[in-house]
Amino acid sequence: MELIELDRVSRTFTVRSKAGRLRRRRHEVRAVDGLSFTVRAGECVGYIGPNGAGKSTTIKMLTGILVPSAGRLRVAGVDPARERVALARRIGVVFGQRTTLWWDLPLRDSYELARRLYRIEPARYAANLERCVELLQLGDLLDTPVRQLSLGQRMRGDLGAALLHDPQVLYLDEPTIGLDVLSKARVREFLREVNAAGTTVLLTTHDLTDIEQLCGRVMVIDHGRLVFDGDLAGLHAAGRSERTLVVDLARPGPPIEAPGARVVKVAGARQWLAFPAEQSAAPIVAAVADRYPLQDLSVREPVIEDVIARMYAGAVGG
Amino acid sequence: MRQAVGLYLTIARGAFRRYSTYRMATFSGAVTNSVFAVILAATFLALWRARPGLGGYDARAAVTYIWVSQALLVSVAAWGGGFQDELQTRFRSGDIAVDLYRPVDFQGWWLATDLGRAGFQLLVRGGVPLAVGALWFGARLPRSPLTWPLFLLSALLAVVVSFGVRFLVSLSGFWLHDAEGLRALTGVASMFLSGMLLPLTLFPAGAGAVARALPWAAIVQLPCDVFLERRHGLAVLGELGFQLGWALVLFGLGRVGLRLATRKVVVQGG
Amino acid sequence: MAELRWAVTSWRLAAAMWMRAATAYRTSFVLLAAASLLVCSLDFVVLLLMFHHTDRLGGWRLPEIGLLYGTAGIAIGVADFLLGTVDGLGERIRTGALDTLLLRPAPALSMVCAERFTLRRLARPAQATAVLLWALHALDLHWSWDKVLLLAMMLVCGPVIFGALFVGLSSVQFFWGEARELQNSATYGGATLLQYPPDVFARDLLLGVTFGVPLAFVNWLPTLQILGRPDPLGLPVVCRFAAPLVAAAAAGAAGLAWRAGLRAYRSTGS
Repeated sequence: MELIELDRVSRTFTVRSKAGRLRRRRHEVRAVDGLSFTVRAGECVGYIGPNGAGKSTTIKMLTGILVPSAGRLRVAGVDPARERVALARRIGVVFGQRTTLWWDLPLRDSYELARRLYRIEPARYAANLERCVELLQLGDLLDTPVRQLSLGQRMRGDLGAALLHDPQVLYLDEPTIGLDVLSKARVREFLREVNAAGTTVLLTTHDLTDIEQLCGRVMVIDHGRLVFDGDLAGLHAAGRSERTLVVDLARPGPPIEAPGARVVKVAGARQWLAFPAEQSAAPIVAAVADRYPLQDLSVREPVIEDVIARMYAGAVGG
Repeated sequence: MRQAVGLYLTIARGAFRRYSTYRMATFSGAVTNSVFAVILAATFLALWRARPGLGGYDARAAVTYIWVSQALLVSVAAWGGGFQDELQTRFRSGDIAVDLYRPVDFQGWWLATDLGRAGFQLLVRGGVPLAVGALWFGARLPRSPLTWPLFLLSALLAVVVSFGVRFLVSLSGFWLHDAEGLRALTGVASMFLSGMLLPLTLFPAGAGAVARALPWAAIVQLPCDVFLERRHGLAVLGELGFQLGWALVLFGLGRVGLRLATRKVVVQGG
Repeated sequence: MAELRWAVTSWRLAAAMWMRAATAYRTSFVLLAAASLLVCSLDFVVLLLMFHHTDRLGGWRLPEIGLLYGTAGIAIGVADFLLGTVDGLGERIRTGALDTLLLRPAPALSMVCAERFTLRRLARPAQATAVLLWALHALDLHWSWDKVLLLAMMLVCGPVIFGALFVGLSSVQFFWGEARELQNSATYGGATLLQYPPDVFARDLLLGVTFGVPLAFVNWLPTLQILGRPDPLGLPVVCRFAAPLVAAAAAGAAGLAWRAGLRAYRSTGS
């Protein structure tokens, strides 16, 4: 079943910029440009792209906050712009950088309001609350005022709030931004459970690890258009993305020679080796350890911006 | 010395510029001041029609009083506000403890900021009502050209006195959990005792005499009287002297309060 | 009908949350409530001081003006209590807070009006009610059914007209975020205007607040009938009973303006 359907959806904004002292020039900016895709029920989709690519505009249209300028859009069987209130009961939304919780009140009060605003039946509410408390480890936090929660705790609180009414779709905008490693892991674990239980998830992120661990499918948007739609391996192949092996030698030396990797940077005793993302790091590490005085090493995952930039270079260069 | 003056001038200029970015909001505010002045001037006119010469003002002076006081309202922060809002957010965020240890004098910094703000607001939220009042609603401009600089000086002193009061109120934030309530109460007192709502000469005799001796009289009543040329020659200097006196006393009290606050922060860590 | 009920219910739910959040700071709440009560009383104290010098203002005695003061205060006070914070719309658009409100399964107007709801805003209607009761007592009117009806009409239609002004004028902020101050001159300025007898004001102003912004129907026209006074504009007597029609029209217009504004926001994103 198709839960989200976009058919040539566009969204333009009129921007006024100053031209001279009094005159203002108006021009149109196309934030989303003829976007078409569908998401089936139960999918977990990563929706990525550089800043200003049109990600939040898409999410705002999918939640009914913004009306598309052109095209057709359906979520959970309704037209979001026309039936915003009805749709709100079927979706859950979490913005990583903005909380929907009540700052000065205990977390429990925010949930209680959700129960009444979303008209959740008592039995269902009790069951969902119990599930959220267990999976998100909210037990001790329920009676703490939200302003006293850490960023990671608050994000868990927000996730709970977005799921109490059993939404069919969960939109997440940068759910792991600013969180420490442990909190990130917890949030991802929870999202995996939620998705496994049947909730469709659409998330935007700058962290490729989120996608790697959660999403079977990635969509890349740039300049308002879909430039990639497939799985993560496909994205790496399309973007010819590379991982980086950072090597600390005992002392400065000439650039390392290792099969399948090339040195991209040298700074004192530290050297950076790039190799294709889909290739295993093990043989390269073995080769380096074998021939050089190794002190320390680490592997860095590719950065979204680089992957997309190279994808472009590839597309343009043929 | 010259360096210090330059520093505070820079701070004031920065505040002036910051406020001047809210141009449309300031202009709308000036229109609101003018609308209120039209309404209140009509009520004053009705009162003076019933009692000509009341409180030593003729009807035209009474109308002018309304326009000048509306022109001063925001600039001298008769309700409170100005730098207090910024200080409030620093209390909330806890940055206030850091501010105490900056190389720039805490009190001087905020005074300079507030003067910069007041300067811009006097220009727009003062200038617009004065012009509207004088052009269409019979407000009387000073006869002597010398009155203008005296009025500006008096307005400047009014801002400094008002700053002195507001600074003390804000300092209470070091001891009180939340100074908002106290701030609201002093705002009410200020509106009433400054002559913003009614010239102090219209108060019942005893209350009027007390109100005229309090610092709030220096915030609205005195600059209005200077504008209306109620006193001449040396008597004007007496008015300005009254303002200067309160400005110095309050600044001194602020100094003492600041020292106590700093000591408290040092001892209790904020 | 179900939609309307949900609009009210969702407002009540969100307002209750804001109320709880405000009482989290208890000490401050008491002081702020006291300050609000004092602020509201200030302009009545000014009236009392005016009547310390005269026994008539614009030909009206104090209890007669008290009737105006009470009904005007209740009208704006109740409207402000229920939906006054809608005037912060421009700020909510700027910070993106409006988008968060639009995610809730409730009408946007209910959510915006419930923002920062506090019981403190009961101060004005409470104080106005006290003045109204005193005025009714002091007036010693001969009550007839039409006077009772007129009084009831003022208490119901007044808040509706002011509510329509709040919502209708706030809708302008969808297009122009800095219109808030201008709107204050119509709402709070209007309430100040209505505290005084119409005879005090210039004819053009009276025409403006009768046929432009329909403030005169809030309490002036009905009060003229209750007190058996002549209308300075000499309008037909039927106008004195027209408040329900005017209120309904104003509410309808405000609703349309809000819809148009929200639609523009969602389709232009500006």
